[in-house]
Amino acid sequence: MRTFFLLLPDRSLIMKKYILDFKVLSNQAINYNHNLLELSCDRPLPPMLPGQFAEVRVDGSPGTYLRRPFSIHRADFAMNTMHLLVKSVGDGTRTLAQLATGAIVNIMLPLGNGFPVTENNDVLLVGGGCGVAPLWFLARQLKQKGNRVSILIGGRSYRDILLADDYAQFGQVYVSTEDGSLGEKGMVTHHTLFKKGKLPFTTIYCCGPDGMMKAISHIAEKQDIPCMVSLENTMACGIGACLCCVVDTKSGNRCVCTDGPVFNSNELKGWSAETEVGCSINE
Amino acid sequence: MADLSTRVHNLNLRNPVLTASGTFGYGEEFDDFIDVNSLGGIIVKATTSKHREGNPYPRMAETPMGMLNAVGLQNKGIDYFVETIYPRLLKYNNCIIANVSDSTVDGYVEVAEKMNSLDHISAIELNISCPNVKEGGMAFGTSCPSAIAVTRAVREVYDKTLIVKLSPNVTSIVEIAQAVETAGADAVSLINTLLGMAIDAEKRRPVLSTITGGLSGPAIKPVALRMVWQVARAVKIPVIGIGGITTATDAIEFMLAGASAIQVGTANFVDPQATVKIIAGIEEYLNRHKITNVNELIGGLIS
Ligand SMILES: Cc1cc2nc3c(=O)[nH]c(=O)nc-3n(C[C@H](O)[C@H](O)[C@H](O)COP(=O)(O)OP(=O)(O)OC[C@H]3O[C@@H](n4cnc5c(N)ncnc54)[C@H](O)[C@@H]3O)c2cc1C
Ligand SMILES: Cc1cc2nc3c(=O)[nH]c(=O)nc-3n(C[C@H](O)[C@H](O)[C@H](O)COP(=O)(O)O)c2cc1C
Ligand code: FES
Repeated sequence: MRTFFLLLPDRSLIMKKYILDFKVLSNQAINYNHNLLELSCDRPLPPMLPGQFAEVRVDGSPGTYLRRPFSIHRADFAMNTMHLLVKSVGDGTRTLAQLATGAIVNIMLPLGNGFPVTENNDVLLVGGGCGVAPLWFLARQLKQKGNRVSILIGGRSYRDILLADDYAQFGQVYVSTEDGSLGEKGMVTHHTLFKKGKLPFTTIYCCGPDGMMKAISHIAEKQDIPCMVSLENTMACGIGACLCCVVDTKSGNRCVCTDGPVFNSNELKGWSAETEVGCSINE
Repeated sequence: MADLSTRVHNLNLRNPVLTASGTFGYGEEFDDFIDVNSLGGIIVKATTSKHREGNPYPRMAETPMGMLNAVGLQNKGIDYFVETIYPRLLKYNNCIIANVSDSTVDGYVEVAEKMNSLDHISAIELNISCPNVKEGGMAFGTSCPSAIAVTRAVREVYDKTLIVKLSPNVTSIVEIAQAVETAGADAVSLINTLLGMAIDAEKRRPVLSTITGGLSGPAIKPVALRMVWQVARAVKIPVIGIGGITTATDAIEFMLAGASAIQVGTANFVDPQATVKIIAGIEEYLNRHKITNVNELIGGLIS
């Protein structure tokens, strides 16, 4: 049984949402299939929380009708800039990856609930592949709130490990790759961090492929550590209007776009009973 | 300044722009983006007699210029609507229309009867066209006898404006429209989604948990426009046009085809401000064409 809860605030109803035009300040390819988009806005950025996301309209891609959801990777309120980390998977993301400096992007934000941020604790962040996207903003806030942050990043090979050096400013970074080309060899869930008996963390935050998040939440559950996972269900509206993005929870179907994308894994049906620990980052 | 107000049976609408059920939540989801009161009215998501969990995820597949959905009428049931949702709708002063759905005639009647006593709900839209539930739903809307049966039964208990929402998944939508007109409908709205399917070739699996789902968005507009034109010529009651409406031009085309009002659906997902832009665009069109009253557009097609 979990000994304590981290309350996930339903901020989606109280944080005002905006539709804003952002300008691309820079677009940097950070590996073979990920781009870091730096965006600015001509009005002050609205308040946003780590774990919240944005719905981006993709212009100039005839095959992309709906907006595309992306985590808010970084929000710098002093500089009034925001970063999105985009993995090219289909027409929409490939079009965003080709955006030129100066291009205008229409974005709806901030959406969803965001991660609960603890204070003065030891926390572990686990990111698989592109799942590191929401963890930058989160790691920074966790550090600001006096937490000791450990970050475990996993991928198939060294080419898939994103921003490991960058994350080092927030805490201890651990890396694992399936082919052993960087960090420990094996799946994130087999990292030696998890083999030292009782984990020294009060909360685990996790984002990545479902299989990885399930395996991590299973480890967390065995040790009574709350595990916050960020889901990526397919969405049509992103604002709770269509009911397309639901996840099966202990309190029925809930919208990932408004009640999530962050959930305590113990709320999710079919997540706690998983016995298979270990999974591939392969999506 | 052109007059945008219009009338659908007993409903006085500020303008002909309504929102399509299931695409606009209960209005409040859009409060941050638009003044919901500036719309002609809102049609809130389907209410059924009992709580429904809807279909399992995945419920959405994007398709060329549109999407398939298989939500399956997820809602907390009429009693929850009356106690919890209805009070929240009181903040709006435009026309609030409830979309009523179920799997049995008794279920439709129960919801309609309870809606009848809610002062602020000025009409109901009878959804006899949902393709996403196993029994009932679309089944009522695909044969004349069952469409008549459910419309008659609801008419008995419902005193205000009764709109019947038609399915395009039929051989002759005109026959169904005429059938519900005789059964007592005050207006018809069309179209609901077209039955469709999406397959993930890599996985060799259907994308939707229900295999088939309802197609909406710009992709369906020409089909919807044709059906609205056919139905408007065949019935005396007002017709409300729905299907892929994204711009003011789309809305005007539906009105020229015979629609007295229109609903904006999937476009709300791409641009939550689509409705207010459409209203502004209609006004601009009327001014440009020196038309003083939006009603002059209705059925104004020159052919
Ligand atoms: C809350 C949330 C946060 C996300 N954060 C990020 C992020 O920070 N960086 C990033 O690169 N990606 C992120 N994703 C995934 C990203 O939205 C998809 O990769 C993207 O929508 C794919 O679009 P496409 O046109 O390139 O691909 P296509 O395969 O052509 O898309 C087809 C359809 O599937 C949907 N879709 C495909 N993959 C996903 C997916 N993984 N999740 C949700 N919908 C999907 C698309 O929206 C679209 O409707 C996030 C998803 C969600 C729900
Ligand atoms: C996600 C979604 C949910 C819907 N739910 C309902 C519903 O509950 N009741 C109903 O009558 N129609 C429902 N519809 C159909 C729409 O109201 C509308 O008839 C249809 O989408 C066509 O219009 P559009 O192309 O403008 O979206 C839904 C459509 C979508 C996309
Ligand atoms: S994406 Fe529409 S309700 Fe979540």
